[in-house]
Amino acid sequence: MAAVTLERVEKRFGSIVAIDDVSLAVEEGEFLAVLGPSGCGKSTLLRLIAGFERAERGTIRIGDRVVGGPDVYIAPEDRHVGMVFQSYALWPHMSVAENIAYPLRVQKLAGRNLAQQVDAALEAVGLAGLGQRRPAALSGGQRQRVALARCLAMKAKLVLLDEPLANLDVHLRARMLAEIAAFRTLSKATLVYVTHDQAEALGVADRVAVMADGRLRQVAAPPALYRTPRDGIVSRFVGPGTVARGEVTQTYANGHAKVALFGREWQVRSAPGQREGAVEICIRPEDLAIVGPDGGFEASVARVLYQGGRTVVEAAPACDPATTLSLSLTSGEACAPGAKVHLALVDGWVIPET
Amino acid sequence: MPGIPVRRSERATFAALLGIVALLALVPIARLAQEALAPHGRLDLGVFGSVIESPAVWRAAGNTLTVSIGGAALAIVLGAGFALLVSLTDVRAKKPLVFCFMMPLLIAPQVTALAWINLLGPNSTLLRALGLAPAAGTTHPLYGPGGIALLLGIEQAPVVFLAVRAGLRSLPRDLVEAAQASGAGPWRIVRTIVLPLSGPSVAAGGMLAFVGSIGNFGIPAFLGIPAGFTVLVTLIYQRLAGFGTSVLSEVATLSLLLALIALGGLALNNWLARRHDVRVTAWSSATPQWPLGRLRALVEGGCWAALFVVLVLPFAALLATALVPAIGVSLTPSTATFANFHFVLFDYAATRRAFVNSASLAASAAVMLVIVSVPLGYSLAGRRASIRQGVAFVAELPYAVPGVVLAIAMILCLLRPLPLLGLSLYSTIWIILVAYLSRFMLLALRPVTNALRQIDPSLDEAARMSGARFARRVATVIMPMVAPSAVAGGMLVFLMAFNELTVSALLWSSGSETVGVVLFSLEQAGDGVSAAAVAVIAVIVTLAMMLLTNALASRAARGVLPWQP
Repeated sequence: MAAVTLERVEKRFGSIVAIDDVSLAVEEGEFLAVLGPSGCGKSTLLRLIAGFERAERGTIRIGDRVVGGPDVYIAPEDRHVGMVFQSYALWPHMSVAENIAYPLRVQKLAGRNLAQQVDAALEAVGLAGLGQRRPAALSGGQRQRVALARCLAMKAKLVLLDEPLANLDVHLRARMLAEIAAFRTLSKATLVYVTHDQAEALGVADRVAVMADGRLRQVAAPPALYRTPRDGIVSRFVGPGTVARGEVTQTYANGHAKVALFGREWQVRSAPGQREGAVEICIRPEDLAIVGPDGGFEASVARVLYQGGRTVVEAAPACDPATTLSLSLTSGEACAPGAKVHLALVDGWVIPET
Repeated sequence: MPGIPVRRSERATFAALLGIVALLALVPIARLAQEALAPHGRLDLGVFGSVIESPAVWRAAGNTLTVSIGGAALAIVLGAGFALLVSLTDVRAKKPLVFCFMMPLLIAPQVTALAWINLLGPNSTLLRALGLAPAAGTTHPLYGPGGIALLLGIEQAPVVFLAVRAGLRSLPRDLVEAAQASGAGPWRIVRTIVLPLSGPSVAAGGMLAFVGSIGNFGIPAFLGIPAGFTVLVTLIYQRLAGFGTSVLSEVATLSLLLALIALGGLALNNWLARRHDVRVTAWSSATPQWPLGRLRALVEGGCWAALFVVLVLPFAALLATALVPAIGVSLTPSTATFANFHFVLFDYAATRRAFVNSASLAASAAVMLVIVSVPLGYSLAGRRASIRQGVAFVAELPYAVPGVVLAIAMILCLLRPLPLLGLSLYSTIWIILVAYLSRFMLLALRPVTNALRQIDPSLDEAARMSGARFARRVATVIMPMVAPSAVAGGMLVFLMAFNELTVSALLWSSGSETVGVVLFSLEQAGDGVSAAAVAVIAVIVTLAMMLLTNALASRAARGVLPWQP
């Protein structure tokens, strides 16, 4: 039984369709990231699951219980779903311990039992001894941990995280991601994590759901999403690289195809059943290599970006100067803007839907 | 806070809260309109016609317009001038200046009127001590339209001040800076940029002052009735006091006329406010603070001197009268006595009762309204804008219409025993409590809705996610966060209800006198020294409440207290 199931859910705000016919199943214990640009509807999706919004159409199940559907609406307070808010949502008039204890008090827990569970939750997030502090006296990272501890204490089997790292600085994000992974191990909860940062999503999630304009574009494990994006939007949004226009001239049974691109023919990966004809091809930086002057196609270097251990080179093919290809070099192969290089396509992916 | 779907049980709570608002605000006003236009259940403009044919009504209406326009004009001059001074220059001690400037609005009008009567009349203890009193037997210089307009203007000046200052604060700073960059000096900028752009807020403030003047009862009652000068409000009072409930249809019609004038003024004010929609953009500090240079000491001296004349002198005169054994006795160390205070607080049953009545009425109204307004404001926060605005409009009705109008509406509703219960509230103290709950509901609700708007909605959502239902969320999350604002609102209710005269003047009965009512009766009976003692005590209570609320306001949401928005 999936932990969360959405069936053809639709949510409108006035004339704007925020969620457009979305179906999604999150497995029990899974860590699903919902990735998309701001305004794509990903936060609305989360709020629908939590019950803070009510869908116009479709059915939402948590476990095998219908929490939203035609004529069914279970209020958020009756769903027992944990949520970590972007603003942390810690009550300023309560101490850290009282904040964590709140859902337990609602469940009529009291006395030593309550104190023990609060202490355990505090310890689990590394805040032991800070229970009497006010939220205002904590740093951003610490507040985030209190919010996690609150979900931990309420023993929610489903925890929703709404851009939990958006208000933290870059250094803290990596640490908090590790905290969230630890939280998952400890709570064994199903996690739905909304973010617009693809590095966060690809780094921690079992599967990533990419949303754009209220629609789910693709739901897949991070490597599959990166290597085999279903459409141009997913391909552009997830990972670096370029989408170039080419033509499939021949297909093979083993999931490969021959494509004509930049004046030559290359063998790239393709989906089963790919037809011949004009297509879009996803080219990641590592799919390109610099070759000798006899091979590949000519391109001129536009920009060179040194990035620590590697150098990103942006180059435009001579036959298609409007396209910018980027490739990643480890070092040594110095090239300067304006230089002519020869590039070869060592791999690539024919985008199935255009 | 955004619209969040709610549980079915909450809908029942919300419906009950809306029912309370409707019963307190909508039903009385609707009943008034029905009595005026369709007294026997069908449209009948007979009473309406006879009322508007009466020359006395026309005279009173004319007088009302005269003193209200005069009062509003004076209020605009005083209030707008003070707002410009405080907002645009570097005068010092702005907080105490503003606090003092706001006082006339919060001191009961009948107390102000009594203080001025004591300051300037032939019987003025203060002037007699200085040998400046008018000859005995001459009419009081403030009796009549001039004095009424003067005091209305002083009382309503803070209303204009608040409107103009808010307008000046929302003036986009870059407009002034662009003029400065063009080389314009302060005077030119005020004349060509600030004043034209403040026009709508000055007009809106003036309209509010006009509406406030129309509904004022204390000032025309003290300064008009002795001179035979009648305005609509005192006309209604005199008709009802003279002829009793037999003229209810007639006074209901008069009240409806008055309510329509007031609501028309407020509608005009809303329209002006909407036109003046200069949005606050990136607003760092306030408007430029032009240095007054050597003029500064002079301007400051002028401000404090004016406040001395308007505040200190009248109340010194009031105090002087309260300290002498009888009107006409000079105040000297040997004649000064606290006997009047002892008399009104302990010996005289009516005043003693009045203090207890007013304090308990004001406290009950404040507590009950705060208790209702927090869950009401909270349930409203999650609703559609149309519902929120609708409820806000209904809650504002009893506060927007003149007090006599509400009093007449309450009499109409409660004259006969309540259906089902068979209890009659008329001529008991309960009718005054119901009227206060209705009239001051807005004062309690507005701070709560303001505070709720400033709370991050996720704090409420986090409580819902934790499993907390409506009542628990109100008690454990919402109440603690809005408490300072809610309490400040409650104290405002107490302040206004304790000082109230207009409503209770028509609703009181023997045993349920309020402070305002005994003040009025003592003055009418010629017991000036006792009236002065009651007024002094009322001023002390008002001041204490203002200072107490001030101390609390630092923790309340912005814009809760009228004198510190």
